[in-house]
Amino acid sequence: MLTKRIIPCLDIKDGRTVKGVNFEQLRDAGDPIELAAFYASEGADELVFLDITATVEKRKTLSELVNKIAHKINIPFTVGGGIQTEEDVSILLQNGADKISINTAAFQNPAIINRFAKNFGSQCVVLAIDTKLEADGNWYVYLKGGREKTNTLTMDWARQAVDLGVGEILLTSMNHDGTKQGFALDITAALSSNLPVPIIASGGGGTEAHFYDVFTNGKADAALAASIFHYKEVAIPHLKNYLNNKGIAVRI
Amino acid sequence: MKTVIIKYNAGNIQSVLYALERIGVSAMVTDSIQEIQTADKVIFPGVGEASTAMQYLRERNLDELIKNLKQPVLGICLGMQLMCKHSTENDTACLGIFEEQVKQFETIEPSIKIPQIGWNTIAALKTPLFKGIAENSFAYFVHGYYAAKGQHTIATTNYIQDYSSALQKDNFYGVQFHPEKSAKAGEQIIQNFLSL
Repeated sequence: MLTKRIIPCLDIKDGRTVKGVNFEQLRDAGDPIELAAFYASEGADELVFLDITATVEKRKTLSELVNKIAHKINIPFTVGGGIQTEEDVSILLQNGADKISINTAAFQNPAIINRFAKNFGSQCVVLAIDTKLEADGNWYVYLKGGREKTNTLTMDWARQAVDLGVGEILLTSMNHDGTKQGFALDITAALSSNLPVPIIASGGGGTEAHFYDVFTNGKADAALAASIFHYKEVAIPHLKNYLNNKGIAVRI
Repeated sequence: MKTVIIKYNAGNIQSVLYALERIGVSAMVTDSIQEIQTADKVIFPGVGEASTAMQYLRERNLDELIKNLKQPVLGICLGMQLMCKHSTENDTACLGIFEEQVKQFETIEPSIKIPQIGWNTIAALKTPLFKGIAENSFAYFVHGYYAAKGQHTIATTNYIQDYSSALQKDNFYGVQFHPEKSAKAGEQIIQNFLSL
């Protein structure tokens, strides 16, 4: 049986993990490779590395880092942040990334989705959508790390992107992100029920019960979180045992 | 021992190379007929679309080469599918090493996504390729097409229906999942192949 996936996310700047991480097992918690290897050994199903490095020169650091990760990690990983061109994608895949995630660049130029899917295969094209529930009761797409609102409904954009060839959608609810009050179940379920691709839910996971909720009521195929794993508020082996005991298929 | 990875227009070839390096094996990525023929072990990886991949192989005579190899050959994902007789993906005649047909998953309800992406179990394991691998071990899959069960099936997985997650005939082995991304079990399967 295909299992639900648990995906820790690591924010990377200049080749280092950004969020303060407190793991006594690790010599250097700021080292993304050591942290990634730790999560892989804990039973993470995949990893996401989000590069928030601004400058082009520093992006070389990213491809070098991806290469080192690929030499160390025996589970799939996705790399996102600032990807705009086929060359960007090609460099990351050549260095061993399994998938790339695109966000603002894809919204501004949807044709790149089609080109990426044709050249590299849909299976490696993940569309990240930052979404926010507005007072009018609709979920809208936000760009540039949530700083710029659009007038496009999240369902419309997701559907268009699937038609253009994205293989998975990483959906982050800005209303829920950082709250630890649970994932956005309604929009996650709406996307998952209406689209043929897997939906990775992100934003709001604070307890093990929240993961159960997002895999059942939220109909998510995978769930992503960052700080609760980094700060060990939720440990992956314990989380997976909890889900397994509640009848959710997970890899143990 | 000389291990080669067949280079062609399909993705994920580097990932296989890195996976071998992780277990201390250096391999050569090549499309040279001579290098492939003289290798002890040949890995035929790939993700992508069947007809473009087959066309590329035919243009370089790699199709005839692969079919006639005598040393152990391991097809991975699309590589395994191309070793079958035919794929319904753009109605593609493939290498015909395995009799099994490759068909597209047909969803029965919206909650079942196509392609299958993620970790699923492998069962009914046969041959030394799976030596030391427990029944229902997890492997990582990414695919929208599958090989039906048949006489060459050496592992099965269930997604919508039971299908062949591994095939074997003579010196030819194929796995639908990605051993290079399947954690410890995947590493063991790669080691087992290299020990054949």
